[in-house]
Amino acid sequence: MTANEVAYNGKVEGDVIVTKADAVINWIRKHSVWPMPMGLACCAIELMASAASRYDISRFGMEVMRFSPRQSDCMIVAGTVTYKMAEVVRRIYDQMGDPKWVVAMGACASTGGMYRSYAVMQGVDTIVPVDVYVSGCPPRPEALLDAMMKLQDKIGRESSVKNLSGVKEAAVAS
Amino acid sequence: MIDLDFTESLLKHFTHVTKRHHDDCLTLDCGESDVNKLFLHLRDEETFDLLVDLTAIDHGETAEFRFSVVSHLYSRIHRDYLRIHSICEDNESPKFPSVSSIFPAANWHEREAFDMFGIHFSDHPNLKRILMWDEYPYYPLRKDFPLAGIETPLPAADVAEVTNASVDPAPMMGGPFVASSDGTMSESEPRAKDESWTEESEKPS
Ligand code: SF4
Repeated sequence: MTANEVAYNGKVEGDVIVTKADAVINWIRKHSVWPMPMGLACCAIELMASAASRYDISRFGMEVMRFSPRQSDCMIVAGTVTYKMAEVVRRIYDQMGDPKWVVAMGACASTGGMYRSYAVMQGVDTIVPVDVYVSGCPPRPEALLDAMMKLQDKIGRESSVKNLSGVKEAAVAS
Repeated sequence: MIDLDFTESLLKHFTHVTKRHHDDCLTLDCGESDVNKLFLHLRDEETFDLLVDLTAIDHGETAEFRFSVVSHLYSRIHRDYLRIHSICEDNESPKFPSVSSIFPAANWHEREAFDMFGIHFSDHPNLKRILMWDEYPYYPLRKDFPLAGIETPLPAADVAEVTNASVDPAPMMGGPFVASSDGTMSESEPRAKDESWTEESEKPS
């Protein structure tokens, strides 16, 4: 058993649970990811498919897609980020409450994809810090589910008692 | 179908309008000054009441007349298309009379032609960029504009300040992803033209 896991053995411990604050906080956070669907192009269709019954993202506890940034904590950038839209993406990211994570879904959001052109931002990580990149054009719903589980693993490894947001901002600016 | 009678009577009516070589639908050359009259006539007298498309062409920096505006009209009675090609006389700051008072559909088409080619449509009710942001300084579909783009500041100054981001030329490694105009269908569909350049191999000019 790893040190970060929550463990409870009623026989031994009675009504007392001894654990680390990090472990509890992360456990709560990673099982209630509320995604913000930033659907900008064709990838958004696959995002919708992963929420629908066949792939059913709710099996992993992240089905509560919120269209308000103030109620969500993981922005899934699904689609082509144009320079004109970049401003909006950043503003929505700024409006999300901490802690927050970003998933770049598909080739376009990760690198600009096939759009090597004057109008398209070459990767959304230019303006927001990305936690997980998903390859594919578009990625299959399974790939997105895998990415979201990777994100859960990542959340599980964070040291949540420290305020991470300051660290993240610094990483973007550098 | 458009018959010869139609063409002849139209050309008699508009003496400045000439026929232009065409492979598909009838194509007419019409000067800037006659465009409004011709469109009005075609709409009201000749049943060409559907504006299908309006766009511009950049013939290159060395061409005598660099820009022209092309529109397609359709008639449900003739069941045929008609193409009207008009040269913009001014190469430096091309101007063209707006037809949006005759065909409201032209409104956005003209804004697009303005955005991409920098053609100023006089008397347009709302001539501003439609695809790029308002402050963008270039006209991307002009022949002298590189596909990768030119470095400019990001539209939102406050976002640019916190992120240090700007509009940069796109890398052409493995690209651009474009369609070629010749060859069979299977060869001409969009694919990556590998125009990679690195420290070892020079950027193709
Ligand atoms: S990665 Fe492909 S599918 Fe996704 S938005 Fe870009 S072009 Fe569309």
